[in-house]
Amino acid sequence: MSELLSEHTRHEIDHWLAKFPPDRRRSAVIAALRAAQHQNSGYLTTELMDAVAGYIGLPPVQVYEVASFYSMFETKPVGRIHVSVCTNISCMLCGSQAIVEAVEKHLGIKTGESTPDGKFFLKREEECLAACNNAPMMMVDHVYYENLTPEKAVQALDSVE
Amino acid sequence: MSEDLVNIEVDGRPLKARKGQMLIQATDAAGIYVPRFCYHEKLSVAANCRMCLVEVEKAPKPLPACATPVAEGMKAFTRSPRAIAAQKATMEFLLINHPLDCPICDQGGECELQDLAQGFGSSVSRFTERKRVVKDKNLGPLISTDMTRCIHCTRCVRFTAEIAGKQELGTTGRGEDMEIGTWIERSVDHELSGNVIDLCPVGALNSKPFRHRGRSWEMTQHELVSPHDGIGSNLYGHVLRGQLMRVVPRPNEEINETWISDRDRFSYEGVYSADRLRAPMLRRGGQWQEVSWEDALTAAAQGLKDAVARDGASSLGVIGTPGATLEELYLLARLARGLGCANVDTRLRQLDFRGQDADPAVPGLGMALGDVDGLDALLVVGSHLRHEAPILAHRVRKAATRNRARVSFVNPARYEWLFPVANEIGCGAEGMLGELAGLLKAAAEAKGVPLPANVAALASGATTSAAHRDVVASLAGEGRRAVLLGALAMRHPAWADLRDAAAALAELTGATLSLLPEGANAAGAALAGALPHRGPAGEAVAAGLHTVAMLSKALPAYLLFGGVEPEADTLVPESLAALRGARFVVAATPYATETLKSYAHVLLPIGTFAETSGTYVNVEGRWQSFAGCVRPVGEARPGWKVLRVLGNLLDVDGFDYDSSEQVREELRARPPVAPAPAGVREAGGGAGGAVADMALYEGDAIVRRALSLQQTRDAGRAAAQG
Repeated sequence: MSELLSEHTRHEIDHWLAKFPPDRRRSAVIAALRAAQHQNSGYLTTELMDAVAGYIGLPPVQVYEVASFYSMFETKPVGRIHVSVCTNISCMLCGSQAIVEAVEKHLGIKTGESTPDGKFFLKREEECLAACNNAPMMMVDHVYYENLTPEKAVQALDSVE
Repeated sequence: MSEDLVNIEVDGRPLKARKGQMLIQATDAAGIYVPRFCYHEKLSVAANCRMCLVEVEKAPKPLPACATPVAEGMKAFTRSPRAIAAQKATMEFLLINHPLDCPICDQGGECELQDLAQGFGSSVSRFTERKRVVKDKNLGPLISTDMTRCIHCTRCVRFTAEIAGKQELGTTGRGEDMEIGTWIERSVDHELSGNVIDLCPVGALNSKPFRHRGRSWEMTQHELVSPHDGIGSNLYGHVLRGQLMRVVPRPNEEINETWISDRDRFSYEGVYSADRLRAPMLRRGGQWQEVSWEDALTAAAQGLKDAVARDGASSLGVIGTPGATLEELYLLARLARGLGCANVDTRLRQLDFRGQDADPAVPGLGMALGDVDGLDALLVVGSHLRHEAPILAHRVRKAATRNRARVSFVNPARYEWLFPVANEIGCGAEGMLGELAGLLKAAAEAKGVPLPANVAALASGATTSAAHRDVVASLAGEGRRAVLLGALAMRHPAWADLRDAAAALAELTGATLSLLPEGANAAGAALAGALPHRGPAGEAVAAGLHTVAMLSKALPAYLLFGGVEPEADTLVPESLAALRGARFVVAATPYATETLKSYAHVLLPIGTFAETSGTYVNVEGRWQSFAGCVRPVGEARPGWKVLRVLGNLLDVDGFDYDSSEQVREELRARPPVAPAPAGVREAGGGAGGAVADMALYEGDAIVRRALSLQQTRDAGRAAAQG
């Protein structure tokens, strides 16, 4: 099963496993899932989660629990680049609604959808990403774009590959 | 140990509690009721339902009693206005998303949520929004789901992780989307999984075979004992309109705690299988006819008499099931011996009888089941524990996980053990004796003593491995240690050698020798004298033929008792040919298959475990009597009554019993005699060959007919045979 995991992913999981005591291998499951999701262009499959479970030595259901709990894990096929526009209170007060609309219009999709070419996935919700000082903001594949205007948001999307 | 006690005060009552105990344990012990859903004494503390909130002096907020350790001088109030307000508020939240479908819910009437809503619920709901709906899951043929009813207490999840040892259920999703389930559709397969039905405090997880079959308050509850393994799990049978509707655990901390295996829980379906024999039947001129009891018993008695008169008493073979009651087997053995016939056996799947004279008077563990939890080392020889005795496997798991027992196996194959295993020596059937020889040699070397004479030839040339030495070190170490021989060893073609070697190993290391024979009443069968070489209470008698000898070459006549189906219950391939070649076969059985009808001449319908009074003796040697809970189907009668009448018709002395209790007391008055020391038998030289591995649900006639169990993954070959 673990042959589904790429060499790089396994290396990454080993790196995290080494940080925890030998009887606490479960602690590495979030990092392991992140690596596995990255390997698979942005989402997890049941087979991949089973592979992670087998590699770490957990019952598969414990991996499903974690993968389904955290919003940063996707368990259905989605676009490769994850776009999250913060709509929490600070960003909302600074105009995040306009950012969401601009992004939706530019990509031609609604939140929760992926572009037909499989490039972008616009996440449905994102809770505060701790960049209130530079609201409104969005995150594109873990990179923060702050002090946004609708134009700057669209530029940011055009700049990523 | 007074220094380990603290003084607390609950509702003004001074209590003493053990240090580190949770408040709810102290209140439970004192009989002070605190409402709860997620807390269960056998599971870890989750503290997620919040129903047990109580007021604690100096605490700023109400605290969950299940997760609040007691402390010296603590003052708690379970009924104060603040506590009650907190409990009522919790209940209001729990009821927000709970459907109002109690009238169609199987849990209705035995529902913890329903009960507590009576006490803590508000009569008017302030919630006007839409209730949440959750899709049901398919967890297999045993557990039904109505997941909208789930209150997320996670008892079922914790059960699979902590008690079963294999987490099959989990909580997926978050917040409003949280669900209990398996995430991908798959069944829950553990042999104890049905216990989540009892643990579920609401109607989310229920019994699938029992679904919509009856209401809890309509049924009467009767005590039963498991008919499937030697543990003797305590059961309740729930009866509606004269029919056994379901089986649930009867808590007994010394035996099954609060758990029962799925086999014990769902096998009742087999009681009402389509091939139940409902009336006595006679074969006349190749045609089967239903006849009166009088005609059938007369024909049976006459046929047996004729056979004995014609071919001598040794021409009769008497085979009983080890799932029959003590009383039935005692009468069966007395009936056979009353006819002068010594051919009586209940060891259906044993192949090697060379060492039978050294058998103990009562085969068993040699310790209480509760002592298994406290084992420090255990060597299991030839047992798929999880199939043979799920509750024993659970106790071994407790020993391995909580007591850090070093558990090792010498088995013909490797199995999935859900606990840490010190050494697993999977060696194939033919290698088992060699591995035991290696263990013996390692033990003799470790102790610096010569090998016992009867195993010297076997073990002197053996090679020892690091695993052997490690097992021996654990068995010869401190604490409570045992060597357990299971059914796979007893079915081995060289069982006598395995037993001698294991006994010698136990002797050398000072460990207890434990036996786990097949059948609910193998110990009772030995006590009852339903063995060819032993009379009642272990009395030595001139040996008759054993099962294999009786069935491998045709005898002129057979008496089969208790639903013995030789094609499935024995390992004698010629058994059907032998029976078909017999001139007279009478079967006292709950079931009549076409196979049985092809060789029998008289069929006497008898009751199953639920339809007779009787006694089972478990592997601890514990006698457990039960009264039966329903009348036998149709014209069937309890087996002991049938045997009593048959004994009278055959003019066997002393068959005038009025009740099964009289039979039992007659036997109880005879203390078991220890067998005379058998002559030293040199181990080795036994036959080779494979060991028959049985699937979880093919061990006896009842379980083979339990339709829901036969739909599980573990049904195995029994289902394949149809």
